[in-house]
Amino acid sequence: MAESTTPTIAVVGHGMVGQRFLEALAEQGVTERARVVVLCEEPRAAYDRVQLTSYFSGRTPDELSLTDPEFIREHGIELYLDDPAETVDRAARTVTSRSGRTIVYDTLVLATGSYPFVPPVPGKDAEGCFVYRTIEDLLAIEEYAKTARTGVVVGGGLLGLEAAGALKGLGLATHIVEFAPRLMPVQVDDGGGAALLRTIENMGLTVHTGAGAQEVTTADGAPHGAVTGMKLSTGAELTADLVVFSAGVRPRDQLARDTGLEVGERGGIVVDEQCRTSDPAVFAIGECALAADGRVYGLVAPGYEMAQTAAAAVAAVIGLPGEREAKPFTGADTSTKLKLLGVDVASFGDAHGAAEGCLDVVYSDSRSGVYKKLVVAQDGTLLGGILVGDAESYGMLRPLTGSVPPVSPEQLVLPTGAGAPVALGPSALPDDAVICSCHNVTKGEICACSSLPEVKKCTKAGTGCGSCVKVIGQLLPKTGDKGLCGCFPYTRSELYEIVRTLRLGSYAELLDSHGREEARGGEGCEICKPAVGSILASLGGGYILDGEQAALQDTNDHFLANMQRNGSYSIVPRIPGGEITPDKLIVIGEVARDFGLYTKITGGQRIDMFGARVDQLPAIWARLVDAGFESGHAYGKALRTVKSCVGQTWCRYGVQDSVRMAIELELRYRGLRAPHKLKSAVSGCARECAEAQSKDFGVIATASGWNLYVGGNGGATPRHADLLAKDLSDAELVRLIDRFLMFYIRTADRLERTSVWLERLEGGLDHLRDVVVHDSLGLCDELEALMAKHVADYRDEWAETLNDPDRLRRFVSFVNAPDAPDPSVRFVPERDQIKPDLQILTLEGVSSR
Amino acid sequence: MTLELRLDDDSWLAVCELSQLTPGRGIAALLPDGRQAAVFTDRAGRAYAIDNRDPFTGAQVLSRGLLGSAQGRPFVASPLLKQRFDLESGRCLDDDEVTVEVFACRTSDFSPSGA
Ligand code: SRM
Ligand SMILES: Cc1cc2nc3c(=O)[nH]c(=O)nc-3n(C[C@H](O)[C@H](O)[C@H](O)COP(=O)(O)OP(=O)(O)OC[C@H]3O[C@@H](n4cnc5c(N)ncnc54)[C@H](O)[C@@H]3O)c2cc1C
Ligand code: SF4
Ligand code: FES
Repeated sequence: MAESTTPTIAVVGHGMVGQRFLEALAEQGVTERARVVVLCEEPRAAYDRVQLTSYFSGRTPDELSLTDPEFIREHGIELYLDDPAETVDRAARTVTSRSGRTIVYDTLVLATGSYPFVPPVPGKDAEGCFVYRTIEDLLAIEEYAKTARTGVVVGGGLLGLEAAGALKGLGLATHIVEFAPRLMPVQVDDGGGAALLRTIENMGLTVHTGAGAQEVTTADGAPHGAVTGMKLSTGAELTADLVVFSAGVRPRDQLARDTGLEVGERGGIVVDEQCRTSDPAVFAIGECALAADGRVYGLVAPGYEMAQTAAAAVAAVIGLPGEREAKPFTGADTSTKLKLLGVDVASFGDAHGAAEGCLDVVYSDSRSGVYKKLVVAQDGTLLGGILVGDAESYGMLRPLTGSVPPVSPEQLVLPTGAGAPVALGPSALPDDAVICSCHNVTKGEICACSSLPEVKKCTKAGTGCGSCVKVIGQLLPKTGDKGLCGCFPYTRSELYEIVRTLRLGSYAELLDSHGREEARGGEGCEICKPAVGSILASLGGGYILDGEQAALQDTNDHFLANMQRNGSYSIVPRIPGGEITPDKLIVIGEVARDFGLYTKITGGQRIDMFGARVDQLPAIWARLVDAGFESGHAYGKALRTVKSCVGQTWCRYGVQDSVRMAIELELRYRGLRAPHKLKSAVSGCARECAEAQSKDFGVIATASGWNLYVGGNGGATPRHADLLAKDLSDAELVRLIDRFLMFYIRTADRLERTSVWLERLEGGLDHLRDVVVHDSLGLCDELEALMAKHVADYRDEWAETLNDPDRLRRFVSFVNAPDAPDPSVRFVPERDQIKPDLQILTLEGVSSR
Repeated sequence: MTLELRLDDDSWLAVCELSQLTPGRGIAALLPDGRQAAVFTDRAGRAYAIDNRDPFTGAQVLSRGLLGSAQGRPFVASPLLKQRFDLESGRCLDDDEVTVEVFACRTSDFSPSGA
């Protein structure tokens, strides 16, 4: 090629692989030396198709974009949107677009991807039939779903399940029709398919396996009329208004065929190991190519590798040495992890055990829908595997593929806690283990970076399907990790699981076994101690001030009262449902008067008494307990109040006895330790005088029962609660709240109110409903049992303390002067009551007094 | 074992039996001059004492904070606004300008009355 003329590289298709190819060209310096023209069929530049479904969970098309306009400009790339290539003339070396643009090329690169295969059934073109490939497809589905009630997805593979999850999320009753006898036939085996089926059905989807779509029925039988249903090969007929075909993809090789390039028997543009087609001036990469190993790859990672290979080859053509040698593309890993909400499915390596003489290790628990299979060679080398229902270990296992894991395969499939104390950290991996298979990035390359953003920027790892992000996080230095604090690399919910499954009974044990290396044997800190104290209490650790637990509680929990600004305490007795007898009101008045306490009606329908010294607390409680009061847990991350309106008994509008229900709920959940405080309310009718919709769980009476709302919040960032279930009986209501609370306690982060937790929960309210109403995770029995234990074990913390002289001993101001009151706790009068004397606190100590 | 604190005049004040302290928690002691000390023991049974007054609020509450360790050094977090104080140096870990007084500690086998 003459040095003087600028060579032209024409790229057809600006999808994921096309864009990656452009980036590789830029990295190789090709864009400085060549004119690069790109024809893009879609109305938008390359975007993240892998994450397409996240559009339905709120990601905007802009956020999905993979194309930085600055990059295009900086490298002088000519990018024409909405203008597909229509013909190629290889003799003249031209490509012509629909709008009539003709480009004379030196090198042509086809990156045209695939098209969704639509089986040739009658009615396939009816109004309401869609495919699932582009942003435009999703926009159309979303619009049509507004008036639809039932959807059918044809195809139970990876994409079909993703599409079904999306339809479900759009509120449609959803059917999945799969020709094969199991779901995800390509990735999982029969055992995995059975576990997957169970989980998907529990999520409320209807699955028809071993059934083909035979005909799409329409309103008046017109081929373009609106969809009314589908006939299956089994004879069944489904009523439906929307159909998504997701029955596999086919390489888009028409352009290549038309111009006489060699294509495979079953499609795909034939290329060699450099991604060159039968014409040396033409390359094909991505899903449209039939690779040298005879396969068409339907995943993005192999496409990216081809992009890299082809860019290096193109660089060589125009006379650039190419910084990276053109690494031949000879085949790739087809590991996948399903991103469908709520179900974990992954398969990697030789998942079906095709290798000679290989062995299986299988763990199967159909009750909880977990199935795990590892395929190992006779020498112990891990060859591949399938994980259904619990794909937690995918990020670890995939990189181990091809090596002999440091622990036995049985240990790798057993659930934590089932006699498998394997904390097989990613640190056990060799440096050349591939962590991100989308971008083929090794552990060594990741460890050279110091933060996730840096990893993404320098290696692109984690920017594809995202399934490797967790392991990347574990490989990076501490900063920015999700660990609870400097002592633990785990979140609160992970610690909860560790304590629960390993049945740990003490903080020290947990710190020394699961703390960060540098924190083991130390003191812990003020963040994790109360958090773990709360976990131990939630799991039935008994009286919170016993033994070591005493040292974990925040000062408020430690003294069972709330510390005020001058070191004095406030006392809030429980007044369930806000209902109180005159006699009890009088007792509160007398106690406050006798101890000189400030009294105030709180926002939670009870009475707070302020200004007690620590040494006065037991005497005050003794009076209150005597009169039938107990602790109101105003100090704890625990249930606070269940507010109530007056309800049906008195109110002319009331339809249920809200006070009775509020009292019942408050007594049931009193003392329950949680990641944050819990508030509730019960209103007797829709007028909502108790403000139930601003509570963590709120109950509103209906003519036939109760509506349950969850995830409400007042405070700095108020949130209206969401309706979880309607018209519940008393028993149903209580059972649902039991499950909801225990599921929250189990999975929330430290100091995360239900509102924030619900916002963060993957799959949101629907997922929550699946778990606590439809028992999709098979957890409900366990959650109910935990709550039953809590209710049975509850004891008033004030009375428990009063009954034990040992426990009482800590309620002194000074250890060396047990009878001396603290002279720094002083008060001055205001509006006929007391308030803290703040002046005394501003003095440098009290020595002068 | 009796726990003693060294006062400003270099005399030792017997405060309590070591066994009266819960590891990881503190307790307040009244000093002869009317000031207060916050006394702690850690998991290993080592004792520490600092001024009980929280310099950020003026309240005598540091003894009621939670113990922790950072980089192997023990600290207490104030129960009011959560600033942390190094127990060996009295330095505030969250504000370079602030330090609280530290009292030397020792344990002896004499009973408090004999000291
Ligand atoms: C006493 C009371 C104010 C009053 O005089 O009315 C009060 C007092 C305190 N509130 Fe409150 N809140 C009180 C009702 C409320 C309410 C109203 C309600 O419950 O209906 C709210 C808004 C509703 C909500 O929580 O969603 C409320 C939202 C907060 C928040 C913000 C929570 C949030 O999620 O944004 C905090 C801060 C926190 O908990 O982290 C807070 C924290 C506090 C603390 C614990 C601050 C502290 O750490 O010292 C106060 C302790 C009081 C004490 O020493 O006894 N308080 N607080 C009320 C006690 C109710 C009770 O009987 O238990
Ligand atoms: C919902 C969904 C989920 C997926 N999840 C995963 C996953 O988890 N992991 C994974 O590895 N892969 C996944 N994939 C597959 C992945 O998206 C593809 O492997 C990848 O997009 C292939 O890139 P490509 O550039 O070859 O094709 P595409 O991204 O499809 O790009 C091809 C582009 O070429 C255009 N084009 C075609 N013909 C012409 C023409 N004549 N002129 C101009 N332009 C043309 C097309 O319009 C398209 O924009 C998923 C795909 C979908 C649809
Ligand atoms: S919520 Fe309804 S029943 Fe309750 S007090 Fe208000 S109006 Fe009456
Ligand atoms: S494995 Fe898909 S982004 Fe890393």
